[in-house]
Amino acid sequence: MSKELIRLSDCVMSYDGDVVLDHINLYINDQEFLTLLGPSGCGKTTTLRIIGGFLSPTSGDVFFDGVRMNDVPPHKRAVNTVFQKYALFPHLNVFENVAFGLRIPRTQTVEQGGKTVSKKVRLSKQEIHDRVMEMLEVVNLKGFEKRPVSALSGGQQQRVAIARALVNRPKVLLLDEPLGALDMRLRKDMQGELKRIQQEMGITFIYVTHDQEEALAMSDTVVVMDQGKIQQIGTPEDIYNEPKNAFVADFIGESNILDGVMRADGVVEIFNRKFQCLDKGFDQDEPVDVVIRPEDVDIVDEGNGQLRGTVTAVTFKGVHYDTIVDFYGFKWLIQTTDYCPVGSNIGIKIDPDGIHVMKKSQYSGLFGDYSSYSEEYEEIGDADYVPDEEEGSHHEE
Amino acid sequence: MKSKRSLLALPYVVWMALFVIAPIIVVVIYAFTTAAFDPTMANFAGMGTYVSIFIRSFQLAIIATLICLLIGYPLAYVMAKEGPGFQRVATVLIMLPMWVNFLLRTYSWMAILENNGLLNQLFDAIGLFDLINSIFGTDIEYFRMIRTQGAVVLGMVYNYLPFMILPIYSVIVKLDRSLLEAAQDLGANSAGVFRKVIFPLSLPGILSGVTMVFVPSVSTFAISRLLGGGTHMMLGDLIELQFLGGAYNPHLGSAIALVMMIIVIICMWVMNRFGEGEEQAVVL
Repeated sequence: MSKELIRLSDCVMSYDGDVVLDHINLYINDQEFLTLLGPSGCGKTTTLRIIGGFLSPTSGDVFFDGVRMNDVPPHKRAVNTVFQKYALFPHLNVFENVAFGLRIPRTQTVEQGGKTVSKKVRLSKQEIHDRVMEMLEVVNLKGFEKRPVSALSGGQQQRVAIARALVNRPKVLLLDEPLGALDMRLRKDMQGELKRIQQEMGITFIYVTHDQEEALAMSDTVVVMDQGKIQQIGTPEDIYNEPKNAFVADFIGESNILDGVMRADGVVEIFNRKFQCLDKGFDQDEPVDVVIRPEDVDIVDEGNGQLRGTVTAVTFKGVHYDTIVDFYGFKWLIQTTDYCPVGSNIGIKIDPDGIHVMKKSQYSGLFGDYSSYSEEYEEIGDADYVPDEEEGSHHEE
Repeated sequence: MKSKRSLLALPYVVWMALFVIAPIIVVVIYAFTTAAFDPTMANFAGMGTYVSIFIRSFQLAIIATLICLLIGYPLAYVMAKEGPGFQRVATVLIMLPMWVNFLLRTYSWMAILENNGLLNQLFDAIGLFDLINSIFGTDIEYFRMIRTQGAVVLGMVYNYLPFMILPIYSVIVKLDRSLLEAAQDLGANSAGVFRKVIFPLSLPGILSGVTMVFVPSVSTFAISRLLGGGTHMMLGDLIELQFLGGAYNPHLGSAIALVMMIIVIICMWVMNRFGEGEEQAVVL
C-alpha cells in the first residue's frame, strides 16, 4: 500500500523571476488519494501540470517509480488527467471520447527470441468495445454511448471525462478541480462516487481543489498550499485538528485565531486568563497563535464560564446556530445548538483538547478575530459594548 | 417586444428583397423568355454548346480551390500556433494585397508572366535559358506562362487565397487548448493530436474557406480573360459576353447564370451535408 510512486524533489517553477512554486518536496504513495488544497494562485494546478508533463519545472526533479521524468512528454507518461472543464472532444460521441486513448497504438516491449523488442500494439475492436462499455458502467453511463457529448449534463460530461481517463488504466489519475462546475448536490454525489472508483480500481488519485470540505471528505492525505509553498501535509484529521499555522487553521474549516502566550507545558494564556491545553514543547512565555474551532466551545451560564461575553448576532444554519460572541471587544464564532438571543450575556467553557496552540508564523494576525479584529480590538475594550447591526452581520459575508 | 424586434429587421429585409431576391427574380424571368419576353425554353435548349466551358470552369475552380487549401491550411495552422504579434503581422500581410484593386493586381500578374515579362527576364538574367539550352540542345528564349490555364489557376489562387486562410485560421486559433492537452494526455503524439483533434475540429473553417474560394473562382471572368488570353473561356466570360460583349443576348446569359448557380448550390449543399456533424459540434 505505502509504496512510493511519485516524488517531486525540490521543484521550483518561476516565470520571469515570478516564483510560482517554491521548493516543493512531495512524495505520493501508490493507491493513495492525495489532495492539493489551497486558494487560487497557490501553485496547486502548476504542481499537477508538472506531474502530468504539461510543464517542466524550472529546477528540481520529478520521479516516477524512481525514474527521472522531467522531460518525458505527456503522451509517454502512465498518467491521465481529468481536466477542469472536462475538455471532451466535441466532434466525437461518448463512446469515441472514451475510446480515444485506446485507439492509439502503444509501444510495448516484448521478449522475442531472448531479445527485448519494442512493438506498436493496437487493441482489437472487440477489446476496445469491451473496455469502453465496462468503464461506462463504472461511471453509470451505460446506454449513453451513442450520444454526442454536447447533449450531456455537466455531471454526465464529468463522468465521461473520468471514464476517458480511467479506461487507459493509468497508474495515476490527476484531477484538476473536476467538480468545480457542478452544483452542490451533484458535487456531493460525485465526491462519493470518485472515492468509490478510486478504491475499486486501486488507482492513485491526485486531486486539486480549493474546497476544503471536499478535500477533507475524500482524501487520504491533504497537502495544503499557499504562495507556492507547502504549508502542511497530513491526514484530514491531522490538518483539521492540528493545523501547523494560522493559514492552515483559517483555510481548513472555520476557526477563531487568538493571540496567546504559552505559560507552561499545557497552559496557555488568552485574554490574561489561563486555559488548559494539550500542547507541549514551547518556550516559557512564548507568544503563540491559538486556534479554537467554533464547535469546540460550550456555552454555559454567565457565572460558570471561563470567559464571559455578549451575543452580538445569531444566524440559524439548520443543524446549528452561528453565534457571534463578543469577548472584550474580540468577536468569536461559536457553533451551538443552543439558541442564545442577541444581547444575552453568556459564559463559555473550552475543553483542553479544543485548544490548539501553534507557533507564530508569517500568517499570524492575518485571520484573527472573526470580524475585522485589529482596529476594533484597540477601539473597544469593553464587553458591554453592543455593536451596531452592520458589524454584527460580518459573519454572513 | 417581439414585434419591435422584428421591426428592427425591416431594413435588412428590404435590403435583401431589393438587392438579392429581386435580381434573382429578374435573372429567372430573363432566362425563361425571348427577347420579346415571350416564355420559352430555347435558352436552355442551346446549353449543350457550352458544356466544355462549364467543364473547364468547374475544373479550374476545383484545382484552384484545392491549391488554396493545400497552401492555406498549413499557413493558417502556423499562424494560429504563433504568438499574437506574429498573428497580427501575418493577418495584415495577407490582407494587404486585397487593398489594391483586383484588376490592377491581375494586370500586375500579366506584367510578371508575359513572354518578356519580369519572370522571364529574371530567368534570362540568371542564365537559366542558356543552361537549359546547353543541356538539352534546345533553343528556348522564354517560358510560355501567360495565356495558359496554369496562369488562370495562378490568378485565382493569388486572388482568393486570403478567403481560404482567414476562416481556417479563425477556427484553429479558437480551438480550446485543453482539448489538445487532453489528446496528448491520452497518448496521442503531435501527429495524432493533429489528425484526431485539430483537423476534424477545423473542418467548419475548411468548408467556409472552400466555399469562399470555389464560388468566386467558378464565376470569375477578368482573370481568365487577362491571364488566359481569352483562349480558355470560362463561364464568367461567357456570361459577360452575353451582356456586354458582341454576342449581346441577356436572356441566354441569364439562363447560363441560372444553370451555374444551381450547380454551385448543389455542390455547396452536398459539401455542407458532408460536414454537418462537425459544424454542429463546434457551434455547441
